[in-house]
Amino acid sequence: MTATSERAVGQPLRRIEGPDKVTGAARYAAEYQVGDDLAYGWVAQSPVAGGTLTGVTVDPLVEADDVLAVLWHGNAPRLAEGDDPELAVLQSDRISYRGQALALVVARTLEAARAAAASLQLSIDPSPADTVLSFARDDLYTPEKVNPDFPSETSTGDVSAAFDAAPVRVDVTYSTPALHNSPMEPHATTALWEGDELVLYDSNQHPPGVAATLATLFELPPERVHVITEHVGGGFGSKGTARPNAVLAAMAARVTGRPVRLALPRQALFSMVGHRTPTIQQLRLGATPDGKLTAIDHLAVAHTSRLFEFAEQTAVTTRHLYEAPAVRTGHRLARLDMPTPRWMRAPGEAPGMVGLECAMDELAIALSLDPIELRVRNASSSLLTDCLRHGADRFGWHDRDPRPRQRRDGDWWIGTGVASATYPAMVQPSTARARRLSTGDYEVSIAAADLGTGARTVLTQIAADALDVPHDRVRVRIGDSTLPFASVAGGSSGTASWGWAVTGACRALRDSGGSDEATFDSSDLVEQLNQEGKHAYGAHFAEVRVDAVTGEVRVTRLYGLYAAGRILNPRTARSQFIGGMTMGMGMALHEEGVLDPNVGTWVNHDLAEYHVPTHADIESITAEWLDDAGEGQNPMGSKGIGEIGIVGSPAAIVNAVWHATGVRVRDLPVRLDKLLPHL
Amino acid sequence: MDLVVNGDRHTLEMDPRTTLLDALREHLGLTGAKKGCDHGQCGACTVLLEGRRVNSCLILAVTLDGASVTTVEGLAHPVQEKFLEHDGFQCGYCTPGQICSSVGMLDEALSDDDPPELSDAEIRERMSGNLCRCGAYPNIVRAIREVAAR
Repeated sequence: MTATSERAVGQPLRRIEGPDKVTGAARYAAEYQVGDDLAYGWVAQSPVAGGTLTGVTVDPLVEADDVLAVLWHGNAPRLAEGDDPELAVLQSDRISYRGQALALVVARTLEAARAAAASLQLSIDPSPADTVLSFARDDLYTPEKVNPDFPSETSTGDVSAAFDAAPVRVDVTYSTPALHNSPMEPHATTALWEGDELVLYDSNQHPPGVAATLATLFELPPERVHVITEHVGGGFGSKGTARPNAVLAAMAARVTGRPVRLALPRQALFSMVGHRTPTIQQLRLGATPDGKLTAIDHLAVAHTSRLFEFAEQTAVTTRHLYEAPAVRTGHRLARLDMPTPRWMRAPGEAPGMVGLECAMDELAIALSLDPIELRVRNASSSLLTDCLRHGADRFGWHDRDPRPRQRRDGDWWIGTGVASATYPAMVQPSTARARRLSTGDYEVSIAAADLGTGARTVLTQIAADALDVPHDRVRVRIGDSTLPFASVAGGSSGTASWGWAVTGACRALRDSGGSDEATFDSSDLVEQLNQEGKHAYGAHFAEVRVDAVTGEVRVTRLYGLYAAGRILNPRTARSQFIGGMTMGMGMALHEEGVLDPNVGTWVNHDLAEYHVPTHADIESITAEWLDDAGEGQNPMGSKGIGEIGIVGSPAAIVNAVWHATGVRVRDLPVRLDKLLPHL
Repeated sequence: MDLVVNGDRHTLEMDPRTTLLDALREHLGLTGAKKGCDHGQCGACTVLLEGRRVNSCLILAVTLDGASVTTVEGLAHPVQEKFLEHDGFQCGYCTPGQICSSVGMLDEALSDDDPPELSDAEIRERMSGNLCRCGAYPNIVRAIREVAAR
């Protein structure tokens, strides 16, 4: 074994699958050639938000030569009970939301499947739709836990008394709209049965999890379900577990005896695969005149569906980011006739930090104190302080006039804003296998998914260092549920979790004295960790200009400085940070599911009307990090970086808009019609 | 009908409702062009039709008898290497569209009677039909800028 002088970790290695992605060779779930008898599925979705499906009538003349099956709850195969009621597709006559899958057409061609699905007559006995979230509802309830397993309510000290006694107070309500993950690759599955083994080419964030779920639903031994997830066209939380497309495709393949491809149309993603709940947040902050927080009170309401309780952990960050003698947080839910909300990039942190970090800005104004100084005086972590202070230097904060509406350049009002960022540094149990090949190279296997995070690349670097070999002698295999178990690509925990298992397997092989294979399961070590209170930190700075005539907001500069442990690959890490910040800009200015309350749907359910940031929206986005800042609890010393970019960046922009214009928008996104009357 | 794709002539028999995108993906096995929205809203399906960039999901294949199409599989363009160098993608799903669009865009600019200066702002404006949810925009612009500067 030869020691290498240059470590692979820390190098800006290019993406290993990059050449495949720029030539069209990379294959995604709907792109596998699986035989001449491939059939296509198309879902018929509910046009109403609630009611009962009493029948499905098929016009025998429509696409008669090509339709192979029409499935609905009256004839679909029975599924075993699983954990997720959303996956009990075509099992019941009950309609729980608009957009729910009510029937599936399987046909020889895509065109025939689509036309036949559109022609189905769905007999529905509708019920009234209750779809609007508000603080005034009398049926709000306190969930037992919030995602994933936090207490719903916490309280330290007497918040009401502390707030009432505080010399300086802010009492404000912020709201964030429904948001849609909108990965570029719609959820898709190609399913086939090989004997009694189910093979799924599926777009997801967790191949072994999807395999286990499908095994349960179809009552198969786990080893008989094989999920292949070679490339994933983004997920952002919406592919964290199996979605209805996987179940429907498997069902259709069983019924027709053919491979079946089911790619959801873009519009279906707005209802069938999850979204970020809208939130309404009441924040009360109390402080001494010198800017020490004495009371923090954060109550958040969100919605969930009739089918499934998902409780966004909106106020959880408020429990730890700043210190105060009295802190109270709570969550309330409304069960509505709406699609089920799920994970979307930084669930909890992203919307919750809109409320907290905008309220902190308002408190700084009330105190006539610099907003960075206010945060530093109350920060619970020196890493946060470092990011704020160094970030202020690098961004050029110091000559800022704190008064709003002071800088004008032609028609543009110009302002700057800041917000803190944080995200938990999580690790989950995983297993990896390392093999020495006859060529002398190494193969490292783990059932992880690379959603574009760079997992394949960074795991190669980690393995090379653990084996003491150059990275080009390591081949990493991922994206296959039959490989050793990997945790989900979610919660910014992938690299920390999988990298630990990879390190263990590679070191075991290196130290084995000549064996050809070693496996390592990190479960015992991970379970011994105390993960509470372990976070990455950051600070976001925004400079905006607002057109005084039209109200248009442009983000001139968005800057993030992070303390996120050891950065393993600067090239892919920077991309993840700026990607999160870009989505944060969308959250601040563009993205909004606009509800039609009568129908229980978002009227702008496509990419023309649900606005995500485009090329033209981006002027300057920069991400930097503090080297070796607060090492994570794993052999690499890394902390997760996939989500922190969207935490706080929206608030920095909203705060900058106030500084530019003097207009405080508390209802995201900051649309021009909310600014125009005040400009 | 006949279609020339990446220099090869194909004779196709298809449902007349088949889009150019589905013809490429489902009938010719050329899955480089991606289906992101099927409504001309995201740009992931961008290919070059007679050298000009188009949303292949918005064109019925049957209207293109004898036409020549270039997909990402048929490209060998310096911008592809620049995408690798500047990390102009993460998940890769919008990437073939971004690349075909940038090739078409560069050609549009070059062949303009009054060629525009391809500043970053100009590149962004001309590329805004191609969405990237991973947020690789600054890296994509850098990649295109370096090719444009040649």
